[in-house]
Amino acid sequence: MKILTANRLHDGEAVWFGTNGHWNEALAGAAIAVDDEAVTALERIGVEAYENNQVVDVELIDVALADGEILPKRLRERIRAAGPTNRSDLGKQARPMISRAA
Amino acid sequence: MYRYDEFDRSFVNARVAQFSDQVERRLAGEITEDQFKPLRLMNGVYLQLHAYMLRIAVPYGTLNGRQMRKLAHVARTYDKGYGHFTTRQNIQFNWPALSDIPAILEELASVEMHAIQTSGNCIRNVTADHFAGAAADEVADPRPYAEILRQWSSVHPEFSYLPRKFKIAVTGAGRDRAAIQVHDIGLHLKKDADGRLGFAVYVGGGQGRTPMIAKKIRDFLPEEDLLSYTTAIVRVYNLHGRRDNKFKARIKILVHETGTEELTKQIEAEFAALRDGELKLPDKDIRAIETYFAPPPLTPRPEGDDAVRLARLASKDFADWLGQNVTTHKHADYAAVTISLKAIGEAPGDATDQQMEAVAALAEQYGFDEIRVSHEQNLVLPHVARADLKAVYDRLVETGLATANSNLISDIIACPGLDYCALANARSIPVAQEISRRFASLERQREIGELKLKISGCINACGHHHVGHIGILGVEKKGSELYQITLGGSGDETSSIGEIVGRGFAPDAITDAVETVVETYLGLRSDPSERFIDAYRRVGPAPFKEALYGREARAA
Repeated sequence: MKILTANRLHDGEAVWFGTNGHWNEALAGAAIAVDDEAVTALERIGVEAYENNQVVDVELIDVALADGEILPKRLRERIRAAGPTNRSDLGKQARPMISRAA
Repeated sequence: MYRYDEFDRSFVNARVAQFSDQVERRLAGEITEDQFKPLRLMNGVYLQLHAYMLRIAVPYGTLNGRQMRKLAHVARTYDKGYGHFTTRQNIQFNWPALSDIPAILEELASVEMHAIQTSGNCIRNVTADHFAGAAADEVADPRPYAEILRQWSSVHPEFSYLPRKFKIAVTGAGRDRAAIQVHDIGLHLKKDADGRLGFAVYVGGGQGRTPMIAKKIRDFLPEEDLLSYTTAIVRVYNLHGRRDNKFKARIKILVHETGTEELTKQIEAEFAALRDGELKLPDKDIRAIETYFAPPPLTPRPEGDDAVRLARLASKDFADWLGQNVTTHKHADYAAVTISLKAIGEAPGDATDQQMEAVAALAEQYGFDEIRVSHEQNLVLPHVARADLKAVYDRLVETGLATANSNLISDIIACPGLDYCALANARSIPVAQEISRRFASLERQREIGELKLKISGCINACGHHHVGHIGILGVEKKGSELYQITLGGSGDETSSIGEIVGRGFAPDAITDAVETVVETYLGLRSDPSERFIDAYRRVGPAPFKEALYGREARAA
């Protein structure tokens, strides 16, 4: 199970490609690829967005579903999705509706 | 301190204009990321987990109040109200937008600062003893030479595409506070029997995945040969350093694979061809640069002795701070003050915009407008009259900067780790915070005595764990963080690389393990004056292994 993530070109903000067809600032709502075909489709979207200079550092990451929420497998990705674990006042976790990483 | 001349000013302004244009073209989609990435790295712009990161050079760690205020302004206006001082005496901002970086660089240029060569495979910011120009044990101020090296290495056409990054450190004292033996080139400024200035030259030190102590290849290099000899070293490295494998590309590997004797021969041959050429430093040029670093007018302030004596009697906290964070100055009426950026439970090296403003104000009022950044991630006011120490202390207390822990176990070096860094495998800051809280009692810390604890969140070793008396290396194992402990490292004139003591510890066990190491030391030291590192060198790892793993080893 994979989702597509990157950093936005102009400000570096971590973003995820969502089911709404946009690059969103929150991981919730990311489009999940469960089979090879869907992974390839996400990959293509990533390459296009990179070539269109929307995003950089495009990556497909492994996730699981826990109580209906997307949970990246690696701590690194959980921290990207939330913010520094030593500063809950910084990053996405400081904004409403985005949970902490660890 | 050094002031830009017309050349410096126009050079930095031209670079800001050039990079601003590159950013603009990148944002407009006119150049690709592949084209842009090397350009942004040449200007100190990285991409981290949450955002871009801008690393700003603080040449040999020297700043004035105006520059510190500008950093506070950048933190407030373009970032999130704080900055992170690094082990290379630089500062990093963790949240700037790429689109704001041209404006930030323009602001920095207005106070003679920049981000050039803070990344990339070039000669990086030259670092120096943070007590340079103030230390009582100093032969001469190393910063004029660091400045000469800075001018020589800035956009040096031959050395802009080295096999890998290249770091030079200089000390002017026998007691090495600049960790010169773990740099690509380490320079120890000293005098020969005739009183002439020159350098002991060390080559091939470094940390990272293959830690090495540098080899001394010259016991005395006359000062006028500094650039010829450095050029010879970097030229030999540029020619023969490996480019096939990034992990084997530093000069330490070249020294190791070629052999010190053979490499020294090659360097000396190159030097022989260069030494009487245009790189020979005319005495008048060295002395001219030296004038920029002339000591401030340290007028006699003999009232300091009484003032300090009375203040010490009146306040135990002040007395503790005086004992720990105040260093002897070459002028008896003055002292060098270490401002700890390691308040208990805080991220090592972080300072808020308000703290930066407060330090700037103190420097301007009490410190001849001089500030230093130490490679141990603290700030220093190098010249404070002893008569003013209590006033400085009181102001530091107001801004949370008076933690009296310099050189103690909570004075931890830690890299940003997985909380920010794209290269990290494990977090560093939370580990530092927990250890700092565990050992919060200053009384206990003082009982333990000098103890250098250093934490890196990956094998690149930005947190200098290899040279920590106690080093901690965070790794990722089966998707989880794991922390290895090394013991016996040291980054001073008796440099040594720490040895891994055994299997790693989970995040919830690492602080207990550190405490076990410390308690073991307290139990075996010959007397309270025997420092941790000395005790470790005397007894070796066995008692520590036994304390950490003995029970399970016996059970197995």
